[in-house]
Amino acid sequence: MTLAFPFSAIVGQDTMKQALILTAIDPGLGGVLVFGDRGTGKSTAVRALAALLPPIEVVEGCPVNAARPEDCPDWAEVRSKKIVKRPTPVVDLPLGVTEDRVTGALDIERALTQGEKSFESGLLARANRGYLYIDEVNLLEDHIVDLLLDVAQSGVNAVEREGLSIRHAARFVLVGSGNPEEGELRPQLLDRFGLSVEVMSPTDIDERIEVIRRRDAFETDTDRFMTKWKRQDGKIRKAILTARDRLRDTESSDAILKDCAALSLALGTDGLRGELTLLRAARALAAYEGAPAITRAHLSKVAPLALAHRLRRDPLDEAGSVTRVTRMVADVLG
Amino acid sequence: MTRPAAATRMERALAALAVDPGGLKGMVLRARMSPVRQAFETALKHMPDAPRRIHPGISDLQLFGGLNIAASLAEGRPVRDKGLFETPGLLVLTMAERTGADLAARLAQILDADTGHALVLLDEGATAEEAPPLSLQDRLAFHIEPQDEALRTQALRLPARADLDTARKGLARIAVPDDAMGLLVALAARFGIDSLRAPLLALRTARALTALDREKSVGEAALMEAVELVYPSRATRFPAEAEDSAMDPPPDTPQPPDDATDEGSGKGAGELPDEILVQAIAALLPPDLLDRLKVARAAQARAASSGAGSKRRGNRRGRPLPSRPGRPSQQARIDPVATLRSAAPWQRLRRTPQNAHRPVIIYPSDIRLRRFEDRSDRLLIFTVDASGSSAVARLAEAKGAVELMLAQAYARRDHVALVAFRGDGAELLLPPTRSLVQAKRQLSSLPGGGGTPLAAGLVAASELAQHARGRGMSPTLVLLTDGRANIPLSGTPDRAEARQDAETIAAGLARQGIPGVLVDTANRPAENARNIAARLGADYLALPRADAHKISASVTAALEH
Repeated sequence: MTLAFPFSAIVGQDTMKQALILTAIDPGLGGVLVFGDRGTGKSTAVRALAALLPPIEVVEGCPVNAARPEDCPDWAEVRSKKIVKRPTPVVDLPLGVTEDRVTGALDIERALTQGEKSFESGLLARANRGYLYIDEVNLLEDHIVDLLLDVAQSGVNAVEREGLSIRHAARFVLVGSGNPEEGELRPQLLDRFGLSVEVMSPTDIDERIEVIRRRDAFETDTDRFMTKWKRQDGKIRKAILTARDRLRDTESSDAILKDCAALSLALGTDGLRGELTLLRAARALAAYEGAPAITRAHLSKVAPLALAHRLRRDPLDEAGSVTRVTRMVADVLG
Repeated sequence: MTRPAAATRMERALAALAVDPGGLKGMVLRARMSPVRQAFETALKHMPDAPRRIHPGISDLQLFGGLNIAASLAEGRPVRDKGLFETPGLLVLTMAERTGADLAARLAQILDADTGHALVLLDEGATAEEAPPLSLQDRLAFHIEPQDEALRTQALRLPARADLDTARKGLARIAVPDDAMGLLVALAARFGIDSLRAPLLALRTARALTALDREKSVGEAALMEAVELVYPSRATRFPAEAEDSAMDPPPDTPQPPDDATDEGSGKGAGELPDEILVQAIAALLPPDLLDRLKVARAAQARAASSGAGSKRRGNRRGRPLPSRPGRPSQQARIDPVATLRSAAPWQRLRRTPQNAHRPVIIYPSDIRLRRFEDRSDRLLIFTVDASGSSAVARLAEAKGAVELMLAQAYARRDHVALVAFRGDGAELLLPPTRSLVQAKRQLSSLPGGGGTPLAAGLVAASELAQHARGRGMSPTLVLLTDGRANIPLSGTPDRAEARQDAETIAAGLARQGIPGVLVDTANRPAENARNIAARLGADYLALPRADAHKISASVTAALEH
């Protein structure tokens, strides 16, 4: 594959970058949805994230990226016990993909040539312990969406078809991007994403010029450009790793828990997932900033990310959901 | 004879694409079969990368490669076909206006992978609605729509192969003056081009043109040409509007380069007055551009997908059905288990000394193909009576109902369109869409008042329904009216004739088998509307005091039963 644009070299789009960093710190947050206009660098950012993430340790040759030999599924017939370092997987889920390719299916080649019944793993296996990226997520077909929801919920991919009965771990962070002009997203899927970001083209001329300048430098003078930004990317990577360690020790006081609840109540979000995500995202942010405990400042910073897409749609409200959340945060948290 | 400007533009675009196919990603040619298109296709044949033709029905196997079943069976070992993705080159997509969202996404993926692929879309769309997906158009550098009659007899000439090669080699060394990027960005802003791909593509075009002209540094001529090639099709507003718009301040004219920077690069691009470029682009904008843009955006919202409409047999997606024997082809996918199962009983009979080494012997006649049942999308055509002063309130309710139905549409995969009739005619206010963003924008300025041309409204709905059918959707009519028609199709007020017309057309709709619901919006429900409902063969709902939620709920209930 070709080189990815360095994450730190992306101009602006701070909320998007922050959301991506937060899921890297706490994969349990449940992914990011990036919605916005064409040509705003949505895909670029997600692909850049792949290069930024710290490598993971996996058993050599294991199709589901297991960390220990005993976690490798039987069907994979992995004999090696060697642990190797691999970049965090970021798997692209192309639109119009068949169910077979997502879940895995009977290996046709082996069935035809050797008459053996064996399992050929799919994209979900490859995405285990990493990221599953869906570009134009709002155009994804229903039965694939259902399948993803099911697997994302349970963390296990179960294949019961064509005489196969296979199960393997499939824990991944969903990252979706899309353009709202091309259709809405089903509420169930919307709720599945922990955080959501709306990206817009920068309106500042200087910022836009800087985007063009860096992109051009990346394309025409790749080596020098990559060297230049490597250190910045390294810094972010280091900060993510430190934050991961710190995550458990970051305190959340009762007052903060109360704030979370009050905010979710006031906004009338469905279910408890919003509240939970709000807390976890705030904790990840606090850990990233090196703060010993979550503060209201952290909460109000991540509230639009965690709650905006969980609001009931009010077609008559012209202001976007982000505005509603920001307004409510100011009301509740003062 | 001087060559027409349009021919030169096409030649320069093609030449630039030949120099930097991977960077410019390709072009759109919007033209129906004509000598111009013929000339273009002939020119394509002379491109350094031999063009490969693809069509909107192309399978993943052809695009990304995969197992060739027929060859594998014949040879008894897996034979893989290479996909187009694996060998970079120039792809020419014919009938590009019929490209579905899923193919567009895959092609976009191929282009984004930066593997040197370029794509030429041959767009034969006749109406503004028929156009290639915007997600693809946005990625391709050029959009050319030849209208010049003088082009008829022109052959397009590409630079000699050797010149192209030299230009390719020189591309990396082309210097870009510092202010060029600022100029490109500022111009994009003035034409309301949000996508940052546009200035990037313009910059790369300028580079390619500079290399072609054997210059060392991007000069004003190259910049101007690039901007003229890349921007016009992307403009969303005329520059005059930009001046008034509060969105962003009018960009400053780039500063003339001071002496220090001027020395090295010679004549810098910054000296080029902004205004000349703006005028140059504006001259290239087609007059109906802005109208077309709106339609194209709405058309974009209609993604093909599994909906709640009527069933149709497919072999690509949907709910699985039992497999059938057949020949594997590009469209039909093989069902391996069913295939093996049908081959199993014959294994002993088929075994001969020649094939003893093969564990399974499969004949083409064993092959079973997958079948799926897909549901087409349903299109709810809201046809709303916007007549008279009392109807204005109704109109607000109808608007609300449309937005509510849209907000829930995803779960049922419904598309929504809105036709309003008032005064002496009907109007399509919202073309079929599934996008709430779209709908809101269009609904916000919906007028009301005047007579009740019910017949005209029904005609408009019927036309829309037929069009939708042609696109594989299942149309359903939701008619909101009090049924008191008073304007016939002729347009001159006549109550009796108006009723006659309305009933005739309603019966016609019923004959086409278009299901429907009629919501009686009269304060006191009367025979009029009931009559029309009977002619339509539609469910009748009396809603003396409707509100958006009630309409939405009733329509849902009526459609689900």
